[in-house]
Amino acid sequence: MAKKKFVVGCFDDEAVLFPAVKKVRTAGYKIHDVYTPFAVHGLDHAMGLRETSLHTAGFIYGITGTATALSSISWIFTKDWPLNIGGKPHFALPAWIPIMFELTVLFAAVGMVLTFCYLCQLAPFVKKHHFHARATDDLFVMVIECTDKTNTDDLQAFLSSNGALETKVEVAEDGWWLGRYDKDEMPFEEKQIVAA
Amino acid sequence: MHLKYESQLREPLVYGDKTYKQVTEDIVRPIEAKPTKLWYVGFYIAVALLMFGVYSVYREVTYGIGQWNLNKTVGWGWDITNFVWWVGIGHAGTLISAILLLFRQGWRTGVNRAAEAMTIFAVMCAGQFPIFHMGRVWMAFFVLPYPNSRGPLWVNFNSPLLWDVFAISTYFTVSLLFWYSGLIPDFATVRDRAFTKLRKRLYGIASFGWTGSTKHWQRHESLSLVLAGLSTPLVLSVHTIVSFDFATSVIPGWHTTIFPPYFVAGAIFSGFAMVQTLMIIVRKVFAMEDYVTIGHIEAMNKVIVLTGSIVGIAYLTELFMGWYSQNKYEGYTFWYSRAYLFSPYGWSYWGMMACNVLSPQIFWFRKMRRNIFVTFFMSIIVNIGMWFERFVIIVTSLYRDYLPSSWSVYYSPTIWEIGFYAGTFGLFFTCFFLFAKYFPVIAIAEIKYVLKTTGEGYKNQMANIEEQKLEEFVHEHAHH
Repeated sequence: MAKKKFVVGCFDDEAVLFPAVKKVRTAGYKIHDVYTPFAVHGLDHAMGLRETSLHTAGFIYGITGTATALSSISWIFTKDWPLNIGGKPHFALPAWIPIMFELTVLFAAVGMVLTFCYLCQLAPFVKKHHFHARATDDLFVMVIECTDKTNTDDLQAFLSSNGALETKVEVAEDGWWLGRYDKDEMPFEEKQIVAA
Repeated sequence: MHLKYESQLREPLVYGDKTYKQVTEDIVRPIEAKPTKLWYVGFYIAVALLMFGVYSVYREVTYGIGQWNLNKTVGWGWDITNFVWWVGIGHAGTLISAILLLFRQGWRTGVNRAAEAMTIFAVMCAGQFPIFHMGRVWMAFFVLPYPNSRGPLWVNFNSPLLWDVFAISTYFTVSLLFWYSGLIPDFATVRDRAFTKLRKRLYGIASFGWTGSTKHWQRHESLSLVLAGLSTPLVLSVHTIVSFDFATSVIPGWHTTIFPPYFVAGAIFSGFAMVQTLMIIVRKVFAMEDYVTIGHIEAMNKVIVLTGSIVGIAYLTELFMGWYSQNKYEGYTFWYSRAYLFSPYGWSYWGMMACNVLSPQIFWFRKMRRNIFVTFFMSIIVNIGMWFERFVIIVTSLYRDYLPSSWSVYYSPTIWEIGFYAGTFGLFFTCFFLFAKYFPVIAIAEIKYVLKTTGEGYKNQMANIEEQKLEEFVHEHAHH
């Protein structure tokens, strides 16, 4: 994947981040992404991201599960091997509801998690570039993609004036590749931690 | 100033004036520190119990079900009792993580991770019992419906025992997915602050390459919400189906429509007791009193007194129906086999009543709900009581049925039956000790999410605003 140039600004408070996101967008810069240590509600709207359709996928997986259960059981009990259970009807719908329900939940849950991993490109052994190691700890890291015309010094100054504690320019590959995290820099040196 | 407001009447969910960084450090500390001696002692005891369980199961598999004291009349004994008990314990985890998420209960964030882990380990333990109860365990795959060379001979989809196979396996899978999807961001936190290469590599694999991207968080939130929505009816269905194993039969004492709600309430009751037992130890050993506060413990005790009382009403309703139905078999089961103290198993019924119905009433008192020692003691009592409940239901209904000639002699377990049960304790605690050492026992990202509304430091700042005069407030906060 091609390398691109990014300007990175780090914020330590979501209350500062929100106005900054707004200003950066109004100024016409393209926000590549904002990396946050937890789900900041409303940030997706502030960045202009569209609503996810993951739940719709979940619904489709769910009804697939219901249909699978109903069609298999009814085929098995009425066509393939009609078993006489005390003269009761072969098509015993009420007795199938528990399994139909369980398969609905199972298909929806497994399907959604797999879709989630696919959409976010998450899997074991996958590695992605980190713009700041503290993005999973206590910093909100705004990454702006540069074009040929972007003046990085101006942009860094602009971010600082909007509350960024730290700014830097990074050339990085976005996307993912197979890799190991232990080859990365280790910003946290070993320290003796006393067990509580 | 961050203007998210929560009433001062609510106590903080996170004590101390914490920053995001401190939250990370406090929760990740046990993973980065060497385990204490106490951890090793507990872990080795758990492994020893597990080994005893493995040997007990080895005997059962090698010599057959005859290693247990089950007989023609008492065909279900300790094994199914333990199965229902463990499944029930699992329910609290899903209740906390799913139902309380839908109800927007902030206090779930302190305990949900450990409770979900408990669910998964408890369901693993539960699953062992029906599997090894099959006797010829190498034929366990016969319960799976697939086109086979035996006819094809299909499983009976109309049988509650098969519903159970689907319910328990779905429950385990969905709980595992829910738990792990919540763990991914926290594993990334551990990975990014790791200072040894091995830890960085392993947590790098476990965190699936999580970066914290806003789009990923948006999808993650949607996923959690839908999984919670799916798990809520799922958890109710699981114990409902377990209760169908009994309720759809024609055995006196089992053949009742009250079973599904009664079993679900009992499951939540015992599950919360187990969460209390574990969390009281975890918060002490890992110094997490700031995150699992006395307020959390009180909230869970409220659930215990509620569900315990529901279970109590169910017991009394059953007794009433035993008389009101004027069915002599029902009457005999409820009023002789169970409620008569001097009948062979009367002790187990009254043990159950004392542990499940009478003793939790102590939690009507706020002082008792907020007392750690009382809570810890009661959590053990409740779990003993709930084990008695399943034993009472299974054994007192079975040992004397319709035909006096088939009544059994007194059923008591062999050492290998007890060993199997002890072994599942070993399995449970081995898993839990490993979890407590290598996993973030509190959901780091979720605590950070509620920190600014419910953290003590932030609540104090809120109180300052409340005391401000109107002009001061307008001056500071109005948009100029």
